[in-house]
Amino acid sequence: MAKGIDVSNLNIYYGDFLAVEDVNMSIRARTVTAFIGPSGCGKSTFLRSLNRMHEVIPGARVEGKIVVDGQDLYGAGVDPVAVRRQIGMVFQRPNPFPTMSIYDNVVAGNRLNSRKMSKSQTDDIVEKSLRGANLWTEVKDRLNKPGMGLSGGQQQRLCIARAIAVEPQILLMDEPCSALDPISTAAIEDLIHQLKNDYTIAIVTHNMQQAARVSDFTGFFNLKATGEPGHLVELNTTKTMFAKPDNPATEDYISGRFG
Amino acid sequence: MTATDEALMPIAEPASLINPQLPRLAWLVAAAIAVILGILVGPLLLGWSWWSVPFVAGIALLIGLPAWSAVVEGRRAAVDRTVTLLVFYAVTGALVPLVWVLGYTVAKGLPAIDWNFLTHDQTSKLDPVTFKQLPGAGVLHAILGTLWITLGAAVISIPIGLMTAVYLVEYGRGTWVARTTTILVDVMTGIPSIVAGLFAVALFTEFGGPGTRIGVMGSVALSLLMIPTVVRAGEEMMRLVPADLREASYALGVPKWRTIVKVVIPTAFGGIVTGVMLAISRVIGETAPLLVAVGAMDYFNNNLFSERMATLPVYIISQYKQGAGPLQNAWGAALLLIAIVMVLNIVARIIGTIFAPKTGR
Repeated sequence: MAKGIDVSNLNIYYGDFLAVEDVNMSIRARTVTAFIGPSGCGKSTFLRSLNRMHEVIPGARVEGKIVVDGQDLYGAGVDPVAVRRQIGMVFQRPNPFPTMSIYDNVVAGNRLNSRKMSKSQTDDIVEKSLRGANLWTEVKDRLNKPGMGLSGGQQQRLCIARAIAVEPQILLMDEPCSALDPISTAAIEDLIHQLKNDYTIAIVTHNMQQAARVSDFTGFFNLKATGEPGHLVELNTTKTMFAKPDNPATEDYISGRFG
Repeated sequence: MTATDEALMPIAEPASLINPQLPRLAWLVAAAIAVILGILVGPLLLGWSWWSVPFVAGIALLIGLPAWSAVVEGRRAAVDRTVTLLVFYAVTGALVPLVWVLGYTVAKGLPAIDWNFLTHDQTSKLDPVTFKQLPGAGVLHAILGTLWITLGAAVISIPIGLMTAVYLVEYGRGTWVARTTTILVDVMTGIPSIVAGLFAVALFTEFGGPGTRIGVMGSVALSLLMIPTVVRAGEEMMRLVPADLREASYALGVPKWRTIVKVVIPTAFGGIVTGVMLAISRVIGETAPLLVAVGAMDYFNNNLFSERMATLPVYIISQYKQGAGPLQNAWGAALLLIAIVMVLNIVARIIGTIFAPKTGR
């Protein structure tokens, strides 16, 4: 069910301000692709444009093509809601729904879309998704307790469980570990390794070691100067990026000469 | 750290952390002395009224306690005690009228309330056996009228108010329509209630001809006063819902309207309920619009759409105008009105707690 993404000539705007300029890349199915780069270079903006979450912000728009499975996500008549059902997202800060229990949070995607399901079906989805997010053993005895009562790392894994419960083809992660401690981070990185078997994953991270640990491919975004739009400098296999990148700017950033 | 290092360390005299302090109950002693002083100086020495005692004692305490503290504890503690006293006086000043009104209403109103008062309307009846006239001074018709008219106002205001709030927060942000609506809502908050009553009269005169007085006119008048409060409360509460939650819902492929209905409103529900109840409490005691729009009535009328209706506030004012005997009934009705508002508030709190976002483990 996992699919790749082909991006061509993508420009992303906030109102009149061009935030990301002319991105061309393809993301392969069943791989982890990490995006690194300095703050404000547009990696999160780019990630959000991949499932049409960018346009949720007033005035934000996108030009160019993003093709998944032969369909342009920004083509005429494409329903953003349908796109987001195919391409799930996990955010920087864990954001379980505060009014719902752990159980309800996991099936929120199905319930809120009013999919009719039997009790045993939802039970199956909850167990499968929580196992998929490595959270089942920790919460199986308190599924009816509020999701906000979990620790930060557990909440983030709950959000991942919620995202995979609707069985998307692609999973986007926007700095999923930046609010977490090293142990929770390790748990989520292990999880990303497992999820790779079923999903195509794109992850934004500020942590270059993390990019090196979890990803197969790495993209480096940069700014020419402050106030200028961000652009994709280089996309390569993670091995090449961290050993001998093609572009000298990438090497400068990765070896810590700036940024 | 070795022994030589320790020897090389400069030896500083540690600043003393101990300060002289007044005993813990010093304020109680000072207050007692101040009250005795107040009694001695006011009524006994200068022949003032006993009402002067709390004021004289309060001033004496405000001077005496900080002065004592300044001598023993120093300037900072004296300032602390002065400000603590001022805050305490302010709280007392705010609470006294409330408790007073409540206590006075209970004292005056409770004797008026009996079974007959709660279960009859105002029409006099003859006892079928003895043919003596029974006391017919009940308020049940006014209680029911108040509840019906307020219910009508709530049915009109809550959907309109909440949908306006949804529009302002979720759809209209930054547009001129939203800005204009916000300004108009603010202006509406300040309309004098009598104007709302006159508006209802003018509106229904168009449909029913001059002299039309029906219960729903009162509901319309009250809803004009209620809508702005509901809009404001709903707007504030929905704005407090983090954008993260909306994004989480969108990212699951949930359409916007479902996100609003299933995520935003439930998360804000506790606050919205409180706001709505405050709005109801605000209008349930309104007198002027009901007096002009609904009028008064002596017997039961449970139909909002025909004839005049009795309401508690209008009942109170009509009894008040009739002099000493019925005045007691006015107090009884006032007590019932306060009781209704209190019950509504308690119910709102319970609902709010049940639906509040849970954080327990």
